[in-house]
Amino acid sequence: MQRRDFIKATGIGLGALMLPIYGRAIAADELVGKLDVGLKKQLADTAMTAAKADGASYCDVRIGRYLRQFVITREDKVQNVVNTESTGVGIRVIANGTWGFAASSDLSADSVAKAARQAVQIAKANSKLTTEPVQLAPVKGVGEVSWATPIVKNAMEVPIKDKVELLLGVNAAAMKAGANFVNSMLFQVNEQKYFASTDGSYIDQDIHRIWAPMTVSAIDKATGKFRSRDGLSMPAGMGYEYLDGKKEDKFDLPGGNVGYGNSYDMLEDAVAAAKQAQEKLKAPSVKPGKYDLVLDPSHLWLTIHESVGHPTELDRVLGYEANYAGTSFATLDKWKSGKFQWGSDKVTLFADKTQPHSLGKVAYDDEGVKAQRWDLIKDGILVNYQAIRDQAHILGLDHSQGCCYADSWSSVQFQRMANVSLEPGEEKLSPADMVKDVENGIYIIGDGSFSIDQQRYNAQFGGQLFYEIKNGKITGMIEDVAYQIRTPEFWNACVAVCDKSDYRLNGSFFDGKGQPGQSSAVSHGSSTTRFNGINVINTARSLG
Amino acid sequence: MSIYSEKDAKAILDKVIKLSKADECTATLSGSIDGNIRYALNAVSTSGIVSDAELGVQVAFGKRVGTATINEFDDKSLEKVVRRAEELAKLAPENPEFVPAIGKQKYGESKTWFDSTAAITPEYRAGVAADSIGPSKAADCIAAGFLADSARFSAMANSNGNFAYQTSTNLDFTCTVRTEDGTGSGWVARNLADVGQFNAKDEIKIAVQKATASKDAKALEPGKYTVIMEPAASAGLISFMMFGFDARRADEGRSFLSKKGGGNKVGEKLYDERVTIYADPADPVAGVLPWDDEGLPRERTPIITKGKVDYMQYSRYWAKLKDKQAKGQPGNLIMVGGDKSTMDLVKSTKKGILVTRTWYIRMVDPQTVLLTGLTRDGTFYIENGEIKYPIKNFRFNESPIIMLNNIEEIGKPVRVGDDESPFVMMIPPLKIRDFTFTSLSDAV
Repeated sequence: MQRRDFIKATGIGLGALMLPIYGRAIAADELVGKLDVGLKKQLADTAMTAAKADGASYCDVRIGRYLRQFVITREDKVQNVVNTESTGVGIRVIANGTWGFAASSDLSADSVAKAARQAVQIAKANSKLTTEPVQLAPVKGVGEVSWATPIVKNAMEVPIKDKVELLLGVNAAAMKAGANFVNSMLFQVNEQKYFASTDGSYIDQDIHRIWAPMTVSAIDKATGKFRSRDGLSMPAGMGYEYLDGKKEDKFDLPGGNVGYGNSYDMLEDAVAAAKQAQEKLKAPSVKPGKYDLVLDPSHLWLTIHESVGHPTELDRVLGYEANYAGTSFATLDKWKSGKFQWGSDKVTLFADKTQPHSLGKVAYDDEGVKAQRWDLIKDGILVNYQAIRDQAHILGLDHSQGCCYADSWSSVQFQRMANVSLEPGEEKLSPADMVKDVENGIYIIGDGSFSIDQQRYNAQFGGQLFYEIKNGKITGMIEDVAYQIRTPEFWNACVAVCDKSDYRLNGSFFDGKGQPGQSSAVSHGSSTTRFNGINVINTARSLG
Repeated sequence: MSIYSEKDAKAILDKVIKLSKADECTATLSGSIDGNIRYALNAVSTSGIVSDAELGVQVAFGKRVGTATINEFDDKSLEKVVRRAEELAKLAPENPEFVPAIGKQKYGESKTWFDSTAAITPEYRAGVAADSIGPSKAADCIAAGFLADSARFSAMANSNGNFAYQTSTNLDFTCTVRTEDGTGSGWVARNLADVGQFNAKDEIKIAVQKATASKDAKALEPGKYTVIMEPAASAGLISFMMFGFDARRADEGRSFLSKKGGGNKVGEKLYDERVTIYADPADPVAGVLPWDDEGLPRERTPIITKGKVDYMQYSRYWAKLKDKQAKGQPGNLIMVGGDKSTMDLVKSTKKGILVTRTWYIRMVDPQTVLLTGLTRDGTFYIENGEIKYPIKNFRFNESPIIMLNNIEEIGKPVRVGDDESPFVMMIPPLKIRDFTFTSLSDAV
């Protein structure tokens, strides 16, 4: 996950003039409009005709309108409301066996044709340095199709006033419950993406995402100590209905906690967060050592993201990301052996671009490949990677796995992480039952600090809430907890996964990759899971 | 072409200010030409040039503020963007923390533009890739690198008559060289305003040497060690610490600079007395624009002087509330050092560890600025002033405040750019005692 993108998006650290980072700022009522699909087809055909005339053997065209709204508050104040739009076209071609790409914000026919010819020109120039021509896994054209995230309430149509009222109400509830400070935000994204290719596809997609993060802080002025508790919401591939906080989407968790599934009660969570931030100030410090960890899905998603999602990206495995994000310990020889024990036999991790409510859910990816689900780790064994059209042949696949994405019309699409999730356990098991069986453990809810090495071996994770478990019972909250893992040993220490009734998603709005950097949104699902004998360190320090 | 002259930029901004019917109007106009080349597995993977310009308009009616941006500058577009900002301002709730636009300012001079960098061509970028790949191949290594260069102009004006304009250039180069068998990895990075100071052939030697020298690393026990941190290795930790210098955060009790019982620790000695850090937009090597995001003039500002905290960063709102003067926020961080190179520090070390680079640094506890992260791409054991052998990478859990108290020796500062930092930095190599490594990493 990239820290810088989050900081930029929230405007933290910016001055009075808070310019949006994505495109131009627009009035709220402009967020509901759409580009005419007939016009988009016409422009795509113009681009493809121009590219082919100049010698392209393949061309794809992405016409994108990217809309975002940020509502940012603290305590009783609205700090910023920003609406942004970015519209343009990105054209990718293969000429002389080499990729070329050009983009333009000018959607006139002349400009689009010019960009197509420029892409061919770049491909031809780069082909002089090419050692192996691009090999594309076949895709059958699907003709003219459309798909939209199945939302109930378009967040872009909800008046700003209602959103401000919600957030200020949440802040007031937290303050009343004992918080000293509250920061809350609402991020809404609508990607209107049109994809066309010389394979014969014209795909119009309307994708929606929403996220309502908050941080509630408590201060003990006398001791100078401060603690905060972040909200337990998930960023979701949903509309405004995610904020309905329905009873059936709530999960009773050990320690009197509430977990949230496919809708979020932000007000209720704010009150809990305020009380827990105060409780954290007084909680005893953890004794370092080996513990059995019981990890809630609101925490485990980030561990899955870093230790499974990233190392199974094929471009990392091959070395294309060596200079920035790094490579991967999951080398091809480990996969080819068919015996690499990534985890215990309880561990099946799968990639899935079709999961309802997930951030990565689409009908087709950004190179026109149908969304799909496939296993990465099956019963503990590494069985597959995440690959796109020009990588599939390396794995002997006759198809792309459909996980290609670009964060803007102006960025080149490349392999991005699909939703990667842990299969729930087959036997009936609730989080409460799981805790009952633990003699010396820690129950962790919510994601915290995270860091992992460039080959995804050594990682360290914090959390939001830590509860000591002694002889099957939660004895109380503890603090200063972080655990350190070596990826394969950690997943091999997995002894139990709760059943599907506990399954929940979480995820990241800002997963960074590439140079220049691109950001993507991705979800990870799991049920509460137990890992035995994990190394826990104490993170308290004294500055004297 | 998106580098507008001062005259052209002023003409656009003047029109915008004149068009606004709001109580006040601030407009920024900036544009850049960004070029890059990326290579991996000893071959070029992508290259591109992006030319863009953007106008941002912020208006206020009373305490209601609206912001809009646009990238077209004909008269009709200028009218549209101003009206849009005004519409948004009318819809926005009142901001109780609103502070009126700044008055007319005087800015100092700083050297931020170099013709040489603005003149970089696609052929030059391809040459840098070739100069990285050739020597790497010859040493049975694999290069992956990224060169990004930019030429930019920034202009700002407001309805109080303030105006600012300046151009700047930047070049950022990183290259990771790995041995073909994947057991060794080296890295080199350079951040400059003037490409005339850059020679890829010289730089790449460092990465190739580190890659080949780091093969077959031995495992040392985690624990507390004396470390020689190359400038790039400690820059990320020092930059992270700056979050705590926000006066409001500290006064609210949410920073390592919060004082027990309230207030902040400005004036207190928190670091080794050899630690002096300041900001100076006019620095000849790490110059930055002489104004900040709010248009306030940047001046030479002591941040830490001989271990004492000299500076807290006040927003204009918080300054008003606390009866302080808001000053331009630093754009660079300059740590004072001596004349010694990294290798000079190695020579004076009996037992220690040389750290080329730190990676994936994240906050563990903001109370103490405890950070975690890992060493990467060249970690070596030092004995009796010599590099003895490569060692496996470590994870650290350390606070930059503790680190800057455990100083043994400070070398000569060099310019460092950090991907996750908002600052251009001048950071010296540092010899630090008792640096805390908490676990081993098998990553190469």
